[in-house]
Amino acid sequence: MPRFRAETRAWLEANCPPAMRTRMPEIEQVAGGKKAQWVRPEQKQWLDIMAAKGWTAPTWPKKYGGGGLSNDEALILEEEMQDLGCRPPLQGMGLSMLGPVLLEYGTEEQRQTHLPPIIKGEIRWCQGYSEPEAGSDLASLRTRAVLQGEHFLVNGHKIWTSNAHRSDWIFCLVRTDPAAKKHEGISFLLIDMADPGVRPRPIRLISGASVFCETFIENVQVPAGNLVGPLNKGWTIAKRLLEHERKGIGGIANRRAAKFEIPVEAVAKQFAGEQDGKIADPILRERVAAYSMDAHAFQLTRRRAAEEAEAGAPPGPLSAMFKLQGTELNKRRYEMLLEAEGFQGLGWEGEGFTEDELRFTREWLRSKANSIEGGTSEVQLNIIAKRVLNLPD
Amino acid sequence: MPLILSDEARMVRETALDFFRERSPITALRKLRDDNDPIGFSRDLWRQMADLGWTGFLVAEDDGGSAFGMTGLAQVMEASGRTLTASPLMSTALLGASLLSQGGTEAQKAEYLPPLLAGEHIFALALEEGARHAPSQIATTAEPDGAGYRLTGQKTFVLDGHIADTLIVAARTETGITLFLVPGAVAIRTRLIMLDSRNAARIQFDNVRLGPDAVLGRPNQGAALLDVILDRARAGLAAEMLGSANEAFDRTVQYLKDRKQFGVAIGSFQALKHRAAQMFCEVEITRSAVLAAVSALDSNANDAAALVSLAKGKANETLYLCGNEGVQMHGGIGMTDEHEIGFFMKRSRVAQATFGDTKFCRDRYATLMGF
Repeated sequence: MPRFRAETRAWLEANCPPAMRTRMPEIEQVAGGKKAQWVRPEQKQWLDIMAAKGWTAPTWPKKYGGGGLSNDEALILEEEMQDLGCRPPLQGMGLSMLGPVLLEYGTEEQRQTHLPPIIKGEIRWCQGYSEPEAGSDLASLRTRAVLQGEHFLVNGHKIWTSNAHRSDWIFCLVRTDPAAKKHEGISFLLIDMADPGVRPRPIRLISGASVFCETFIENVQVPAGNLVGPLNKGWTIAKRLLEHERKGIGGIANRRAAKFEIPVEAVAKQFAGEQDGKIADPILRERVAAYSMDAHAFQLTRRRAAEEAEAGAPPGPLSAMFKLQGTELNKRRYEMLLEAEGFQGLGWEGEGFTEDELRFTREWLRSKANSIEGGTSEVQLNIIAKRVLNLPD
Repeated sequence: MPLILSDEARMVRETALDFFRERSPITALRKLRDDNDPIGFSRDLWRQMADLGWTGFLVAEDDGGSAFGMTGLAQVMEASGRTLTASPLMSTALLGASLLSQGGTEAQKAEYLPPLLAGEHIFALALEEGARHAPSQIATTAEPDGAGYRLTGQKTFVLDGHIADTLIVAARTETGITLFLVPGAVAIRTRLIMLDSRNAARIQFDNVRLGPDAVLGRPNQGAALLDVILDRARAGLAAEMLGSANEAFDRTVQYLKDRKQFGVAIGSFQALKHRAAQMFCEVEITRSAVLAAVSALDSNANDAAALVSLAKGKANETLYLCGNEGVQMHGGIGMTDEHEIGFFMKRSRVAQATFGDTKFCRDRYATLMGF
């Protein structure tokens, strides 16, 4: 392992363009796809270098173009990238959600078709889960897919489809048996958004950004071969994918490249003043300490879970809390930042505010979605109560 | 710095859980309280604990211990927290053994460690003087007197101080703090009857004459030694509090399943489910902090002191939460003396104040982390 670490580090140092070892503004996140927009050429260059090595999907099998690394090796790669400040070359739902699900439930043909373009960043995926009438009660979804010979005919209305307007394909939960109980008539379907019947419409959010869409699906014909898993057994896959999603959202604080992040403590010192190396306002200082301690203890809990998993323990009840705690802590982080900044945390745009101040304001608003998307905090509490504590319904 | 237990530590944990469950359930603490027991713990139980080797976890093998370390002792303390067992684990196995091992001369170790290890000699650290934990605010003085010293001052909240054979007293000397080994019998001792039915005393020293050999560690250098040992105490207590919090939580979840109102188990109500789930998270997060702290102490890690402050701070909050919620969710029965859940809430307040309340821990954490 020390040898793998040394080799990985040397390779990253030699191959990661210097421009990709800087703090990554949100608009420079790379998600790939046919509609990808490149702010600078090094983004594409870095993606191609990493994809060629399979390190955009480090643990996926080599035969699909993945890195073929063990979990331990992938962790080392992640640590070395963090340490050197390397940006993730590619992010998105293909890598974090659909890929793992296809590896578990997909046919060989589906894997051969879809995994390589995900790894290379050629196809961008989005998630067709929520509907206007199906939020926390996801299983009440009504988008209908009717099997007609070799095709499904799909009609419905999805919402909160992140980046649908920039995506190429959408993985959808659809109702295939309206007569069955609500969890038993759902299937998992892959839909090509090139079909003119799929129309995404961006929604403007409180942060001013429009990453979420409504997606209308009208009379779209989907080949029957795009069904993942058995017909009407999509709920199992849906839940599995949600676990991957929650892991990603809950890890939001973890994934932040610590190297470039401005700590809450530093912001508090900047705005409240510093005395003998301490935040001058004792009340703010205690509140920052309380937050920092909770964040620290949470990081230790993530590490403990990883160590338990490595030691061969089955995925324990700990993972159930990561989405809940990770998102609530991330929200608290931004509340602390705004509180520390005072007036300077209240700007919307224009002069009078620094880039970071404006960014924190927008990110504060964005962070509010963390405890809603992928299952609200209340849903996570229900899950812990039911699955971990075995409290009755 | 591992956050999972070794096989050895796991075995200690299992042994300790069985031991306290069988030999010292909460009924034992209740009996000590109701009998106004003059000692406040069972000497017989303490000898059994010594026989299991728990007094020697922080003592070197050359001195008759096992040097198993804080991770091992934390397992015992956590298990004792589940049953709220009153014993000299903190005063003697942790504080006494550590201070003697790290500060004692060969002669002092030879004199004191064998009876300590055997469970025959009780120690107590006489440190606090004010209303809250303040290890640097010491007014008790030890004035030079011939070759020795004269000790004057008042100490309070001395754990097991009413019964200790030997007190380890922190006193101000010429240029700093010095620790002294003082026979318990020479002090004026007032037992404090505490909320949690555990043992503490107020102790007065009135021109007590001490020989030069009473000094533990180097004269005027006691603060540094105390600093190191108090971190062990905080981590050990955090482990004990984790055990108490976990037990209060387990009992409360069980009650939510058993208690029926409106024809259903009250655990089916979402208002209670969510709070129970929150408690679960806090207990598990605290467990990680405690494991990190004891592991860091055992490996002399640079961030050990910060991790200890984190662990004690989190344990304070979590036991407070589980104690309060335990009583509330038990409803009326939780208010009765007959039910045991109230013992956890009472213990939470005393344990919180011991060796650093939440405010103290936050301040220390922030200072150590550079803000």
